[in-house]
Amino acid sequence: MSTAVRALGAGARVAVDRRRTLGIFFLLVAGAIAAFFGYNVPGQSQAHFVLNLASSHAIPIPDLVVPVRATAFGLAAACAFLGTIQVVRGFGRWAYAVLALVIGLFVFAFLAWAARNSSVSLVGMLQGTLVRAAPLTLGAFSGLLCERAGVINVAIEGQMLIGAFSAALVGSATGNALLGILAGMLCGGLIAVILAVFAIRYLVDQVIVGIVLDLFCLGLTGFLYDRLMVPFQATLNSAAVVPPVTIPGLSRIPVLGPILFDQNVYVYLMFVLMGLIYVALFHTRWGLRVRAVGEHPRAADTAGIDVARTRYINVILGGLVAGLAGSYFTLGAVGQFTKNMTSGRGFISLAAMISGGWTPVGGFGASLVFGFADALQNFLSVLNVPISSYFLLMAPYLATILVVAGVVGRARPPAADGKPYVKQ
Amino acid sequence: MSEKPDQKPGRNRAAAARDVIQSVIAPQSSIWSSVLVVVLAFVTALVVSAVFIVVSDPNVIQAPDLLTALNVAWQDVSGAYGGLLTGALGDPSTVIAKLSSGDAKVAASAFYPLSETVVAAAPLVFTGLAVALGFRAGLFNIGGEGQVIAGGLAAGFVGFSVHGLTGFVELPLALLAGFLVGMLWGFIPGLLKARTGAHEVITTIMLNYVAIYLTYYFLNTTLFQRPGRTDPISKVVDSAAMLPSLAALNLRVHAGALLAVAVAVAVYFLLWRTTLGFEFRAVGANPDASRAAGIGVGRVIVVAMSLSGGLAGLAGANIILGVQYSVTPGFSSGLGFDGITVALLGRGNPVGVVAAALLFGGLRAGAVQMQAATSTPVDIVQVIEALVIMFVAAPALIRAIFRLRAVRGIGAPTVSPGWGG
Amino acid sequence: MLRQPVKLELRGITKSFPGVLANDHIDLVVEPGEVHVLLGENGAGKTTLMNILYGLYHPDEGEILVNGAPVKFQSPSDAIRMGIGMVHQHFMLIPVFTVAENVMLGSELTRPFGLLDRGRARREVQRLGQEFGLPVDPDALVSSLSVGAQQRVEIVKALYRQAGVLILDEPTAVLTPQETEELLRVMESLKHAGRSLVFITHKLKEAMRVADRITVLRGGRVVGSTVPAKSTEAQLAAMMVGRAIRLGVERPPAKPGAVVLEVEGLTVRDARGQVAVDDVSFQVRAGEIVTVAGVQGNGQTELIRAIMGLDPVAAGHITAAGRDVTTSSPRETLASGVGHVPEDRVRDGLVSDLSVAENLVLDTYYLPPFARGLVLEPDEIRRNADERIREFDIRTPSASVQAGTLSGGNQQRVVVAREFSRPISLLIASQPTRGLDVGSIEYIHERIVKLRDQGDAVLIVSSDLDEVLALGDRISVMYRGRMEGPFDSGSATREEIGLMMAGAGSEGAAAPPDAGRP
Repeated sequence: MSTAVRALGAGARVAVDRRRTLGIFFLLVAGAIAAFFGYNVPGQSQAHFVLNLASSHAIPIPDLVVPVRATAFGLAAACAFLGTIQVVRGFGRWAYAVLALVIGLFVFAFLAWAARNSSVSLVGMLQGTLVRAAPLTLGAFSGLLCERAGVINVAIEGQMLIGAFSAALVGSATGNALLGILAGMLCGGLIAVILAVFAIRYLVDQVIVGIVLDLFCLGLTGFLYDRLMVPFQATLNSAAVVPPVTIPGLSRIPVLGPILFDQNVYVYLMFVLMGLIYVALFHTRWGLRVRAVGEHPRAADTAGIDVARTRYINVILGGLVAGLAGSYFTLGAVGQFTKNMTSGRGFISLAAMISGGWTPVGGFGASLVFGFADALQNFLSVLNVPISSYFLLMAPYLATILVVAGVVGRARPPAADGKPYVKQ
Repeated sequence: MSEKPDQKPGRNRAAAARDVIQSVIAPQSSIWSSVLVVVLAFVTALVVSAVFIVVSDPNVIQAPDLLTALNVAWQDVSGAYGGLLTGALGDPSTVIAKLSSGDAKVAASAFYPLSETVVAAAPLVFTGLAVALGFRAGLFNIGGEGQVIAGGLAAGFVGFSVHGLTGFVELPLALLAGFLVGMLWGFIPGLLKARTGAHEVITTIMLNYVAIYLTYYFLNTTLFQRPGRTDPISKVVDSAAMLPSLAALNLRVHAGALLAVAVAVAVYFLLWRTTLGFEFRAVGANPDASRAAGIGVGRVIVVAMSLSGGLAGLAGANIILGVQYSVTPGFSSGLGFDGITVALLGRGNPVGVVAAALLFGGLRAGAVQMQAATSTPVDIVQVIEALVIMFVAAPALIRAIFRLRAVRGIGAPTVSPGWGG
Repeated sequence: MLRQPVKLELRGITKSFPGVLANDHIDLVVEPGEVHVLLGENGAGKTTLMNILYGLYHPDEGEILVNGAPVKFQSPSDAIRMGIGMVHQHFMLIPVFTVAENVMLGSELTRPFGLLDRGRARREVQRLGQEFGLPVDPDALVSSLSVGAQQRVEIVKALYRQAGVLILDEPTAVLTPQETEELLRVMESLKHAGRSLVFITHKLKEAMRVADRITVLRGGRVVGSTVPAKSTEAQLAAMMVGRAIRLGVERPPAKPGAVVLEVEGLTVRDARGQVAVDDVSFQVRAGEIVTVAGVQGNGQTELIRAIMGLDPVAAGHITAAGRDVTTSSPRETLASGVGHVPEDRVRDGLVSDLSVAENLVLDTYYLPPFARGLVLEPDEIRRNADERIREFDIRTPSASVQAGTLSGGNQQRVVVAREFSRPISLLIASQPTRGLDVGSIEYIHERIVKLRDQGDAVLIVSSDLDEVLALGDRISVMYRGRMEGPFDSGSATREEIGLMMAGAGSEGAAAPPDAGRP
């Protein structure tokens, strides 16, 4: 038998299995769409996807009206078609893109079904997705700045919480949102200093320090909330929310306008930081050195780079960004602090960073998924969906588990991530 | 004779990490120096927390002069910490008075603070053991909250659904249910880690939130909800399923405390005297070498996470069957996270975990009294706990503050870091 | 651009680490334009000394003088600035970066705002490569380069920083004989360009060939300094070790018996899905030692891992001790009577944090007498440890200290003790004496030969050609996943084996020197 044929063996068998499994998954999705969203639906049910937002400046366009049953079967057919191709031939490198497409089709079919005989604001949901993704993405940036230099930052949750708290406190007391945001960033940075010192100088396990700092921030913000904010609600916990920013001209584009150009400030901040971090990390001298420290600190050391200093700076930068992310929850959303208001979003950010392959754009993409799950829960509670609202509340967390389980192993962390570096 | 520092680059990290982990396993570490560091860490934590207490009191800030400010500050701190102490152990004069009163019930009530401490400590022993067991196998089980909830829900369900059996059967049955469902809540992240490499820090935390929402869901169903109530509260547990307690003496301490000690002994035995424990320790310290030597690393991860979840589930069962006798939202009240601090302070060692659980149990019990007496919010206790751990984890810092001689120090166990991608 | 010539002097350099005095008042002079060889066995203190010279370590005592002026190196950037460059034994390269990125790291070429100027870097790397005969592709990812190419990148890195003195730490350990020739020629051309070279090695032949001066270190001290003209290999060896050593192990002729290990058509894929072991077939009989030669990275690691069940097999069969172990788990394979001394003893051989006693039962703890059911028997484990420590002369304060505190040689003895004291019919050992002192090397070679004479089959993978020739009754060579041989050890010369290691094989001409492609 020739070498080529023999060499196929088990390795190729595994690849074929994976391909078939993915294809079968597509077919199952098709079946699910047909069964749940098409089968029992009366023929004339229609779903109205509202494409305008009352508050936006965009040129109004008519609603997208889809017949629910037909749409469901149509999308099911599309998924079945894609599934068949995947089983037989496979999409090769595009398999994951097709997977995203199939999931997207499923979600659209679900929305159509959920909105049957009523309307759902598609644009509102997408706009909400972006808004909810903003703090998650910023959190992912924080994680990324630290981990690219080789330090794991599990304290993002605590940094966000303390950022939220101090932003509300200062923003309320001074009436100045910018001061509030700066205060939030500063507090996030201070927690980062503690993390940096314990991790870099005292070589304590970084995950442990992170978790302990989360508990510290939880306790501290809870304590100060009871002590200061409850008795002095009006002066210390009633900050004005930062108003949305409308970009003239571009905000008039239908659909895209309200989603991208008439948005919460934090969404713009997210895009700006995304660009900055991408360029800095991959195209500047600073970025090269940071990544060297994260991949192979010994090599960086021998090249004359100060490993400890680089790590300190990056961890603190990460803390500033996490504090910024935290300030969203108060100054960007509700104007008031409540205990434990970040509710695990710091950890979801970490999951977004990992799923995004430790890159800024990837982190944004993953955050969109989680943000969408979050927004979904909000919008569906308005509609009459026969799913307990509690399961909808679980959605972002379950989504995180699925994404992390599916993606990890394919993404590669920086090689020296989490390993303390000791010179002699 | 070879040069250790000249071997591969990873060696430096291994050497540094070994120094930190030395005391967790090395038999020669000086117990007294370790205890000293813990005590000093505790004192420092109290001092730092005192600063927070003082600084957040408007009366101090707005005092007319320094003397008054210091006076108010001192009252704040002494009141708060005094409340902590009396809530945890009892006020000496009151205790003596009660003991010499001649009335059995009054004498018993002298032990009320201690009883509260033990009640608070028992579930902490379980969650502390859960986290410590995980650490030994190289796993971060941050899902204690969810596992406690899962266990409590299951134990409560068995407790109020099963009728007609004697206590000898129904109680162990309910406890077992708590253990098994807690185990399930640990099994899922364990399996995901073994099969896909998904890091357990994230999956366990996500499952915490899922468990919280599941509680609300179940408590709104007729299956669980107490008839006649619209708020989320479950049916009452059968008396046969309740853990025996000293309620007759008006003390809340119950048999769960004894169970906790027994389980701690069992975990010690498991870790150091069984093949399974050997595998946990080997995989936790070096999964590659363990695998090359034939140990099934994936299997160990799944078993360790499952057992860890089961232990935390017992904590939940403990609360429902020993204290509350029904399920309400939030009954886990931070037990999962406190388990982490207990495990860290106890340095991953069952004996240390029991001691640390008693300490933090005392803080919890004391906090209630502190809030009642001085209206200092209970959250300060969480701050104190976190600070204690941070200082214990960096003994060099404590040494620098107190100018101690450099001793082969202690530190938080350095568990294998990284996301396992 | 030629820098001013650099004369280096080290006076009284002393450095100790916990438990070991690595450098003991060492004096060394490197004249400009000379090739100075620093000779010594593993553990003699050579790398420590050079790390001090490069600013990675700080000496406890002593001083460094550059061109007569004392200098203090706080970090490598100081040393780099003084014109000292180092090519490390374990490459200081970042696998996910390109060659150009690695070369310019720390002295980057930039445009405004700190943006990297990749174009200029590329041109600079190419220019240096051409000038000194070190062809490298600036845009290649380092992870895709062969070991020899990676080493060239390391050298270019040092030259990019205009090093006047180049320190090369055991550079030939990872090269084929042909690549070694290449390197020695490059060293000559560097010398003619006015650079000084400090060449650290434990290989006598190379030292004699290129050195202008040789300084011998032993136990952290300078024990002699000479020139090749005035010395012989035997004399140098004696200085290195402090006694007359046998330059080879005594090996009675093999008496091979039945086939114990049979590998048929084995194909294994690596983590990226590429074929790492390509249709390999061979046998090992009882009572013989088969050695597998080859530069690391040609599939040997994957071959052993597949045999031991640590990685999946893509095609083919493996039969060991009468059992088909193709799809067996590591435990099943080990339990069939196969002993395994892994390539990376720190990562795969020992659990550093467990005690020596526990490590000695790492693959047998679950069997009687060490366990009864699920319960361990600590007394038996302890007894076993005491016996093994005595039998294998393991230097350790006690059986309950952590294994990670032992020296490399003693750690390897623990692994060997563990495997040799089980009932095994086949021993598989990878790089069994890498990084060990001569005493341990001798001991382990002796034990392996004794095991063979007791009737076991032995398979040894080694990239040390001397070890391969010394131990192998039959020798095979791996290159790019394919195996040549095994053939009887007398039937091929060292040069022929070297050619096979470089891919020339018996089929034809030598492969062209690697220009940076895998």
